[in-house]
Amino acid sequence: MSDLTGLTLKAAADAIKSKSVSSVELTKAFVDAVETARPLNAYILETPEKALAMAAASDERIARGEGGPLEGLPLGIKDLFCTEGVCTTAGSKILEGFKPTYESTITSQLWRDGAVMLGKLNLDEFAMGSSNETSAHGPVVNPWRSRGSNRKLTPGGSSGGSAAAVAAGICLGATATDTGGSIRQPASFTGTVGIKPTYGRCSRWGVVAFASSLDQAGPIAKTVTDSAMLLRSMAGHDAKDSTSLDVEVPDFAAFVGKSVKGLRIGVPKEYRVDGMPGEIDALWEQGVAWLKDAGCEIVEVSLPHTRYALPAYYIVAPAEASSNLARYDGMRYGLRADAKSLVDVYEMTRAEGFGDEVKRRVMIGTYVLSAGYYDAYYLKALKVRRRIADDFEQAFEKVDALLTPTAPSAAFGLGEASADPVAMYLNDVFTVPVNLAGLPGISVPAGLDGQGLPLGLQLIGRPLDEGTLFSLGGALEQAAAFKDKPERWWA
Amino acid sequence: MALTAADMKKIASLARIRQPEERLEPLAKEISGILDWIEQLGEVDTDGVEPMTSAVASKLPMRQDVVTDGGDPARVLSNAPKTDRNFFVVPKVVE
Repeated sequence: MSDLTGLTLKAAADAIKSKSVSSVELTKAFVDAVETARPLNAYILETPEKALAMAAASDERIARGEGGPLEGLPLGIKDLFCTEGVCTTAGSKILEGFKPTYESTITSQLWRDGAVMLGKLNLDEFAMGSSNETSAHGPVVNPWRSRGSNRKLTPGGSSGGSAAAVAAGICLGATATDTGGSIRQPASFTGTVGIKPTYGRCSRWGVVAFASSLDQAGPIAKTVTDSAMLLRSMAGHDAKDSTSLDVEVPDFAAFVGKSVKGLRIGVPKEYRVDGMPGEIDALWEQGVAWLKDAGCEIVEVSLPHTRYALPAYYIVAPAEASSNLARYDGMRYGLRADAKSLVDVYEMTRAEGFGDEVKRRVMIGTYVLSAGYYDAYYLKALKVRRRIADDFEQAFEKVDALLTPTAPSAAFGLGEASADPVAMYLNDVFTVPVNLAGLPGISVPAGLDGQGLPLGLQLIGRPLDEGTLFSLGGALEQAAAFKDKPERWWA
Repeated sequence: MALTAADMKKIASLARIRQPEERLEPLAKEISGILDWIEQLGEVDTDGVEPMTSAVASKLPMRQDVVTDGGDPARVLSNAPKTDRNFFVVPKVVE
């Protein structure tokens, strides 16, 4: 086979199963590609020796006639997932050199099913960011460039390393996490597929916590089928996460290709926001037309509290983050600053270890939870969150899924939006409501803008109805026939 | 909501993040800007609305109150900045 790194996860799985390629051959091709792609800064840590050892073990299992659904397939792991004996930094200086003595449930399930780890992928610090620029390891560079330009673009965030690595062909698929859009927005910016499943589908155990009531892991992959295959291995009940749902994990890939005839698709009118580029609006119209052609019925719906989702999120998420990040005190692991008194050690450790965006969110969270402000901010936000969730519930009485753009823009230049925090937060205007309501959402690449940059469409489903999203995502994928790839300027 | 440098000093201290004096004023301005944007939540009628405290309505599961893990101090301490025998070493807490 000529270019193994160009294969989809499904095609690679078939090639391994038919023994036309070994896992070691496949993994070697990726190890080389990872090395060549260092200018992208997608990997924080490459683990080629571990990858080749895992691949050799896979080949032995295959020779014995054994092997799981992801046997021998090389993946990238977002550096928010704890990996036993392999540094896990969450993109933060405060966790420099931290080597977990345990494996996250999700990654342990991927290894159980035969997958191979290529290394740890870059991300915004503690997954807080929409452009990958808050990482202590420097930003990831999007493999895509505007036509005729060599300006460096963001791959989005926080799972920017995961999205860039999949788009650049330096892993077959990647784990990612999504607290306010961190799977779907980078997928949209890089022409990849990303699904955030229903809250509780995937265990949060061993995933570095940001905002626990919103955090949910999922895959980023090249195709809808690939993402379905990965989600099946990642999902499942785990007694170690009390919010993990004890429900059956269906064969998600079996939903791709199913007819979507007769499904009712809601188009929320509040998602037509001011200042959105005409191209995104046109692509959304195109998506509506594609689903109509596939036999869906299109229904206009209203989600009246949409505009309040972002401000509510920027109370709820920082409040939870300030509590979760209290653990980084320099005592048991991570950075410890050299200072005299206990309070000085705490304050200096956190001043030196956290970056500006993390500090900003921890302080906002501290403030909104502090005596005298709790009711006005935090409690109010939780009530607004309920109204947002109720909007969705009412919409789902009339429709089976919703179709929206994933992000209000295509990938922008690194450094172009980092000066104004609120402007950066607006990137997640279409994705944040889905996290607040705990619903599943998938981003599927649908086309290129005038500058040749990918744009995604988002489908939002009922709780635990990822199956319908895979069917609809498959229909969009087929209609869009998105085959474009970034030029390999880094090679 | 206009936070002052003094408010900011208090918030930073509650968050246990040391901020240099000269950063307090700009930080107060920046965070006030974000809070001003958040103020629009006041427009939403939330009378009688139950606060949403979890993303899915599910009961907290119960489990047997038994030891399932432990007895491995070396693993627990392996990332500690400072240890002595099987203890974390921390700065003096009581004078």
